[in-house]
Amino acid sequence: MTAVLTIAGYGLREALRRKVFVVVCVLTAAFLALYWLGARYAFHHVEGVVPPAGVDARTFAGAFLFGMAMFATLFLGVVLAIFLTLGTVRGDAERNLLQPLVVRPIGRATLLVARFLGAAAVCVPYVLILYFAGMLLTGLEGSWWPDRIVTPGLELAAGVLVVAALSLLGSVFLSSIANGIAVFMVFGAGLVAGLLGNIGHVLNSSGLIHAAKIAAWAIPFEALYQDALRAITEKTSGLTGFLLRLGPFGGAEQGGIGLRLWVVAYLVIVGAIAIAGFARRDL
Amino acid sequence: MPAALAVSGLVKRYGAVDALVGVDLEVRESELVGLLGPNGAGKSTLVKIACGLVRPTSGRAEVCGARAGAREARAAMGYLAELFRFPGWMTADELLELHQRLAGSRGGERERIELLELVGLEEARKRAVEAMSKGMQQRLGIAQALVGSPRLLLLDEPTSALDPVGRRTVRKLLEELQRRGVSVLLNSHLLSEIELVCDRVVILLGGRVVSAGTPAELSRPRGVEIETSQGKRTYPQAGREDVPKLIADLVRDGQDVYGARVLTSTLEEVYVEAVGGETS
Repeated sequence: MTAVLTIAGYGLREALRRKVFVVVCVLTAAFLALYWLGARYAFHHVEGVVPPAGVDARTFAGAFLFGMAMFATLFLGVVLAIFLTLGTVRGDAERNLLQPLVVRPIGRATLLVARFLGAAAVCVPYVLILYFAGMLLTGLEGSWWPDRIVTPGLELAAGVLVVAALSLLGSVFLSSIANGIAVFMVFGAGLVAGLLGNIGHVLNSSGLIHAAKIAAWAIPFEALYQDALRAITEKTSGLTGFLLRLGPFGGAEQGGIGLRLWVVAYLVIVGAIAIAGFARRDL
Repeated sequence: MPAALAVSGLVKRYGAVDALVGVDLEVRESELVGLLGPNGAGKSTLVKIACGLVRPTSGRAEVCGARAGAREARAAMGYLAELFRFPGWMTADELLELHQRLAGSRGGERERIELLELVGLEEARKRAVEAMSKGMQQRLGIAQALVGSPRLLLLDEPTSALDPVGRRTVRKLLEELQRRGVSVLLNSHLLSEIELVCDRVVILLGGRVVSAGTPAELSRPRGVEIETSQGKRTYPQAGREDVPKLIADLVRDGQDVYGARVLTSTLEEVYVEAVGGETS
């Protein structure tokens, strides 16, 4: 346990020194300021808009804006997770930082688990803080609050953990830059899967919807995001509900307990592959 | 008690390249063994296998009786890589504390101070690594390798960045470690250094051991040199046992003899002969 805490603390201090947190804090402050400004204007204009029949303009604006804020939260959380983990193995080995640590009795598996826990210890609180900040801004400006308060935030945090695990796995086989690019591309693939689902719903194409669902579950941070989107408007029905389920960046889809179990299994599988790959790697 | 390092039939292939081809080597308790060879001979690969960074293709490598790379083996050894880097933001004290935690050492502050004194860095205890010269970082690297009082020390080019005084400090340190019962495998290109401190020398070439023994065993007789009133005279075929007779003959011939020296090849000559002039 001491070794895990030591390595996790070491990883975080290294990130602190590499100005990772400064970059993320600046991005976060910029996002929150812009989001507050956008929400303020949007709700101000909503008061003068006559929506189509069956659409609750305030609910639509609130949920849509907050859905976008959730995507931004996921994106910033993913940026943080990737920067904290992208060079854990090959990147640090190429910089000759890893070897003095690996020859110690702690073991390679412990090192990987510790770096994952270190990233989780930063990313989860960060995502939750950003999620609740977005919710607060939306609620205070537009008097709209999501149907489920906590669950969507936890699902976003879990989505970021999935990306952190994928980034750690990638770091075993790829150099830092290649890994960063690869994980961002996987994240983009999730976004595309969500948009495909959107198109499928509009066109009523079961093939597209099915393909989007498979892709979303193959990279389950997308399925978690979709489930979180669904959760914020789960009590909203009618045309408003239908439109909101199309989501801003990918449709709202129910994941349920099956998704949560799959995410746990996914993390275990990704972790096991990363540990096995690291154990066989010459440094 | 098992050998500090026992290697037998060790083979390592990187794709089509044979880095090690059946190497046998032993470092006994308190023994200081020098590892020599041209670039690409397999020295670093051998050291990396011993400390568990690289997996052998076949053969055995054991550290203090435990398979190299196993937790027990890693707990028994200290390692300084040829190319190493410590986080620049850490102070010398913080770095040693980090390694104490990872090594499970209970030495605390006393061990850290003692190690820094041992490598002559007691004044730089609170200095950040990035503010240290390369030589200071190398000495800090040696202190780091000694955290937890390892039984075996694996040093890969530990003096490459040191000036002559720094090298002398390390040489004295190695002698002190030997007195304390630590076994050392020293990989270095500095033949004079190896000759001065090592009990035995192993020369690798193309992944094979081509020569091994004590410096005295490896050196070859090259005759006898006698200084007389008429200058220096060399007897290439003579040996140590011939010296009294040679001097007696010279005195009988009326020459004054000022000194006699038995000539042997230097480690450098032995090395060049063993590797056939190969450089990489």
